[in-house]
Amino acid sequence: MSASDKRRERMYAAIRAGLDTNASADRRRTVETRMHAPPAPLVPQRAQKPVAEQRALLKSFLQGQSATVIEVATPAEIPKAVAGYLRANNLPLRVRAGTDAYLRGLDWRSEPALERLEGPAAGTDEVGLSRVTAAIAETGTLVLASGADNPVTVTFLPETHIAVVEQGAIVGGFEGVWARLRARFGKATMSRTVNFVSGPSRTADIGGQLVMGAHGPRRLCVILVAG
Amino acid sequence: MTSARLMDATVAPVVEATSPAFKQNVREALADRQLQEALGAVAPGLAARRGAARDALPEFEALRDRGREIKNHTLAHLDLYLELFEAKARAAGSHVHFAPTPQDARDIILNICRKADAKVVTKGKSMISEEVGLNHFLEEAGLKVVETDLGEYLIQIRGETPSHIIAPAIHLTQAQVEQDFRRLHTSLPRNRVLTEPAQLVSEARAVLRQRFLEADVGITGANFMIAETGSTVIVTNEGNGDLTQSLPRVHVVIASIEKLVPTLEDVGTLLRLLARSATGQEISTYTTFSTGPRRKEDPDGPQECHIVVLDNGRSQLLGTDFQEVLRCIRCGACMNHCPVYGAIGGHAYGWVYPGPIGSVLTPALIGVKSSAHLPNASTFCGRCEAVCPMKIPLPGLMRKWREAEFEGGGGPALFGLGLKLWAALARRPRLYHVATRFAVLGLSGLAMGRGAFRRLPFASGWTRHRDFPAPQRRTFQQLWAEHKAGVPR
Repeated sequence: MSASDKRRERMYAAIRAGLDTNASADRRRTVETRMHAPPAPLVPQRAQKPVAEQRALLKSFLQGQSATVIEVATPAEIPKAVAGYLRANNLPLRVRAGTDAYLRGLDWRSEPALERLEGPAAGTDEVGLSRVTAAIAETGTLVLASGADNPVTVTFLPETHIAVVEQGAIVGGFEGVWARLRARFGKATMSRTVNFVSGPSRTADIGGQLVMGAHGPRRLCVILVAG
Repeated sequence: MTSARLMDATVAPVVEATSPAFKQNVREALADRQLQEALGAVAPGLAARRGAARDALPEFEALRDRGREIKNHTLAHLDLYLELFEAKARAAGSHVHFAPTPQDARDIILNICRKADAKVVTKGKSMISEEVGLNHFLEEAGLKVVETDLGEYLIQIRGETPSHIIAPAIHLTQAQVEQDFRRLHTSLPRNRVLTEPAQLVSEARAVLRQRFLEADVGITGANFMIAETGSTVIVTNEGNGDLTQSLPRVHVVIASIEKLVPTLEDVGTLLRLLARSATGQEISTYTTFSTGPRRKEDPDGPQECHIVVLDNGRSQLLGTDFQEVLRCIRCGACMNHCPVYGAIGGHAYGWVYPGPIGSVLTPALIGVKSSAHLPNASTFCGRCEAVCPMKIPLPGLMRKWREAEFEGGGGPALFGLGLKLWAALARRPRLYHVATRFAVLGLSGLAMGRGAFRRLPFASGWTRHRDFPAPQRRTFQQLWAEHKAGVPR
């Protein structure tokens, strides 16, 4: 037995020594049953609002968490919203994004000055653009699943992050996210990272005073698409 | 049941404890004006924000019960959930390592770094890494270790340890940070302005960004390990944990066994409690679920992912009264609401975990003999238990440590003698009545009509801070006898 196997055995034995593993032969069945059909969690009322109200809740929490929210009627307006936000904040008209088909398919020619780069972000990229897998009304949280379509570095390295939220991506609470992840990746499977983002990066480590832009983005702009 | 094996740590802790010098630590902390200024600036705000967040979620109290049930269930089946987690994590491509002791964890991680030919290691915030003394160990082995959580960075450059589990630099003032940055970041212009927190944060961001980009290995902790998916979860506000794990070639997670939870649903319940209890946020800015190394089609992320699962004596708590402490999700609410912590800060506790949770956990991890002062450092006001999202009965567990310490022959000699005298009297009712009658008469005579003593021999510990009420001539038993006989007062 290798040293690492021995450590493993020792640890399981130590854990079992403290647990009454003989108390019930059904321990394993109890666990299997619970894994197969987890008990229904207590879902807060605010996470169960009708779809029409979820959007307003999402928006108000995001704004409360210092994100900028821009609402557009159709996907066709996204390039203009992106360019407008960058101009208003004196930022370069160059965005880094993954290979997401929805973002690729937008009419970027409508904003000829806006440059779009594809691939993972590097330290030199100043603006990242992503499309979210879900957005949680309950807490004002964006959910991003990593992959070629959405490299995780795009979410964290640039100083400015712009995230597109389609109406259909909005869920009431966390439970809606688990359902989507299981539908997309299969039960009990995840992309390498699933990132919950609830505003720009922040810290209060110096004198307890809140400052934006600790290590991740200083600015988060969320584009809510109605159509 | 308090197991005798908990009296002494089986192995000496790898991180030295100054807990035996607690009383001296406290005197120094109370006299430290910078510490007192820093503590006053932050801790009360955290408590107030937690209250506001709780009030904004009507289901909060009911969620605490759900959270407690989840952890109790998981702990009762910990071996089985660990097996499930291990299998799923391996299936996702992670290497799972088992570390029964802190030294095992250190050796495993150093080995990973050596194999990766690492020179620079970045770290996200991890109390477990503090518990095993990881930084010092890796540095001795020649690695450059850089803490990236801003608070952790601030204390690392001072050679200090965290004084709070979620706000590690809570003991520092802004002026101290400025001095440290000027002392350390010498390549920057000397006349730069650093009067605002935002300027200090920007400077740290720029310095640490370079470290993120050059790191070979990134080490993070975990708030949860999910049996269902083999994922580990970190919760941060800065995003440093994400740059730490996504940029280097190798990601190492270090987590202790009680971080296991069964499913995503369970994580949801605990997330609804964690940030609200910790900082009063609805949710922390970043919650990241990590599952294995980069996939074939991924354009970024680490090529290797290692998960080091630490025991360090926790398994010994299973099946004892102290099992309840393993429900802790490390929110820090107990210390934010503790009058003792608020007065002395975290360092005085003398080991890795301060505050009420430390007073219960430290004796369990390093033995009550060297940490006996900690469970005694409590006013028993009960606020820690009242705010604990996992409803850990912290004062009750401190009381159990006091019992364990006493039964083990610990405690001051005078205290034991006093108790013996008291027991001798209390077992002899007649002698007791006579003695108390004399004592009460004597004391009320000494008071000479005043209602209270300002000074009293042998009781200066009491009278230095408050008056001692003078007895009113008769004992309770005398009054009671008169009452029953119908004598008007």
